[in-house]
Amino acid sequence: MAMNLQTLSKNEDLLAGGHRACAGCTGSNILRQIMLTAGPDTVVGGATGCMEVVTTIFPYTAWKTPFIHSAFENCAATISGVETAYRALKASGELPVPREKMNFIAFGGDGGTYDIGLQSLSGAMERGHNMLYVCYDNEAYMNTGIQRSGATPFGAHTSTSPAGTVKQGKEQHRKDLTKIMVAHNIPYVAQTTPFHWRDLQMKVQKALEVDGPAFLNILMPCTVGWGFDPAIGMELCKQAVEANFWPLFEVVDGEYKLTYKPKEDRPLMEPWLKQQVRFKHLFKPGNEGMLVEIQRWVDSEFNKIMKLCGEA
Amino acid sequence: MKQLYVGLTGNEAVATAFKQARPHVAPAFPITPQTEMMHKFADFVADGAVATEMILVESEHSAMSAAVGSAATGARTFTATSSAGFALMWEVVYIAASLRLPICMPVVNRALSGNINIHNDHSDSMGGRDAGWIQIFCENTQEAYDTALMCWRIAEHKDVRLPVMVNYDGFIISHTSESLHILPDEDAWKFIGPKDLSNGYSLLDVENPITVGPLDLTDYYFEHKVSQMEAHLRAPKVILEVFKEFGELTGRHYDLFEEYRTEDAEMILVIIGSTAGTAKDVIDEQREKGVKVGLLKPRVFRPFPAVEYAKALGNAKVVGVMDKSVSFGGHGGPLFTEIRSALYGLENAPKIHNWIYGLGGRDTGTDQIVDLIGQLQNSIKGKKTEDVNLLGVRL
Ligand SMILES: Cc1ncc(C[n+]2csc(CCOP(=O)(O)OP(=O)(O)O)c2C)c(N)n1
Repeated sequence: MAMNLQTLSKNEDLLAGGHRACAGCTGSNILRQIMLTAGPDTVVGGATGCMEVVTTIFPYTAWKTPFIHSAFENCAATISGVETAYRALKASGELPVPREKMNFIAFGGDGGTYDIGLQSLSGAMERGHNMLYVCYDNEAYMNTGIQRSGATPFGAHTSTSPAGTVKQGKEQHRKDLTKIMVAHNIPYVAQTTPFHWRDLQMKVQKALEVDGPAFLNILMPCTVGWGFDPAIGMELCKQAVEANFWPLFEVVDGEYKLTYKPKEDRPLMEPWLKQQVRFKHLFKPGNEGMLVEIQRWVDSEFNKIMKLCGEA
Repeated sequence: MKQLYVGLTGNEAVATAFKQARPHVAPAFPITPQTEMMHKFADFVADGAVATEMILVESEHSAMSAAVGSAATGARTFTATSSAGFALMWEVVYIAASLRLPICMPVVNRALSGNINIHNDHSDSMGGRDAGWIQIFCENTQEAYDTALMCWRIAEHKDVRLPVMVNYDGFIISHTSESLHILPDEDAWKFIGPKDLSNGYSLLDVENPITVGPLDLTDYYFEHKVSQMEAHLRAPKVILEVFKEFGELTGRHYDLFEEYRTEDAEMILVIIGSTAGTAKDVIDEQREKGVKVGLLKPRVFRPFPAVEYAKALGNAKVVGVMDKSVSFGGHGGPLFTEIRSALYGLENAPKIHNWIYGLGGRDTGTDQIVDLIGQLQNSIKGKKTEDVNLLGVRL
């Protein structure tokens, strides 16, 4: 059952304001939306990264539900331990507060998920824990100063793939983590963005309802790392979807389904890229080929998704 | 109390003790020589002898991470490892202690890579000596079993709340069948008791939500480290209380270290683990010949009872410390530096020498220990003896 904005806005805000996210951060917005849907009977784990750092600093916490941070690469394993302990304590009648059902949500940035935490995530998904893993994908290691990750797009300038006189940003395309998660044969996998709040809310709800592991990949424009006006983060989510860079779909028991049908005359990538400082060098003379390659890659990846969704 | 007299390997004995502790959760990943301990435990689970939820993780890093998550709910939690597995979980080993989670973990001691070697030395646990865990070493299967029962009472005690590492020698103890006394399940359970979940800090208490593991910077981190230091200062009293209660129950009495024929000893060997058993035989022989030699066998290495060591060793003329691990570039092995530091400043402090031995499972025979005692005698006579020496190595 999808909630409308009115009911959703009446739910308790479980991420307190006053946390230390940057102005214009879309990540805290993602967390708040997830928690509005998940509700108070939820244990959250965060991987080391911006969202963990900005929501906790001893003796303060923004979390109104139980929250655990352990390390960078082990959030999925940590929450798998919490979820297992829940089952054990429930069976032995020793839960501190009896609950028939609880939600277990682990989140990490793209670095903590696509890269260093991939093994831990893969293991937890394969083991079938009743948990939701959320990757907030801001396409680089932002917390440590904007280094490239396996999710950084081709051509993007980062601190470790800088655009210089010889090199022009990241030299590889991003890996497709969502498909890797689908290959785990888990009951629910989806992509979304915080601009598409209804889509996000519906997906969180489905993910928490399935029996077994679920994975959500959520695009998170980063004003500092991408270099854009803090006011337009949500707009960049919208455009990323419309340009087919970040298609919205879900995979239920292996069946792909588009949850947003793009327009026939979809915008090209250029306008989206142009609003971000990390792609500025692509518009210099001599780099035209890179722009062509980005468009080719986006089209090709999108066509694959359309085929999988039975839309092509 | 009636005990059972059985023959078990060290791994089987520890698995039996852990079954008797009725843990809620056990993440596990295989590595030689720890494997049989988890096989045996998995058999107990498969046969319904214990209701533990095992998490069969994809690495030791995840084993310790899942253990942290589980223990943070208040669930009684253990994992077990050796060598490279311990090294892989390093980061999270520190986190477990920093979060004051009473996880118990056998480390079945094995040499660290490289080169890869499956046999026993103490380089794995010794490398983790600063991680904040209580570390107890065992000489034989009986001690391993007893320690695996007692560790829960120590770890979960409200004045301690620290994880406990139960160390025993790979193969020499883990895979060797010995006869030992074990408690009937019900008596073991009476001794250990259920995990007290009422301390108010459970990650599953959604009515009183807590944040575990926040960012902790210059203004508080240091104080939190001090609270860990203080827990280690409080630990010996609790450890001794638990040992005492266990001794009264079973007739097996333990202390922070064991003293063997040290009363009038001029020379005292200090040896951790199974080699201490070998040394006891040598000491008996030497005593027959009138040689005044004794043994001090450390049991609790962390926290390190320095004052007690100084008292126990202070009257000897010379102390020979054997280290089954090396601190590359350091002035002696970890046990040696601790003990030397404990003796520093004593009036008429004994001379002290170190022998690095048994690395990668190199066998340590009685002849080597006899030779070492000879060198200690020479040192007493004034013959120059190096601070740091090697035992049983081809030069
Ligand atoms: C084992 C380990 N390696 C490196 C780090 C340093 N580190 C902390 S956060 C971070 C980057 C996080 O990137 P990501 O997961 O993308 O999240 P974001 O910062 O973008 O929110 C790194 C490299 C660490 N804490 N632990």
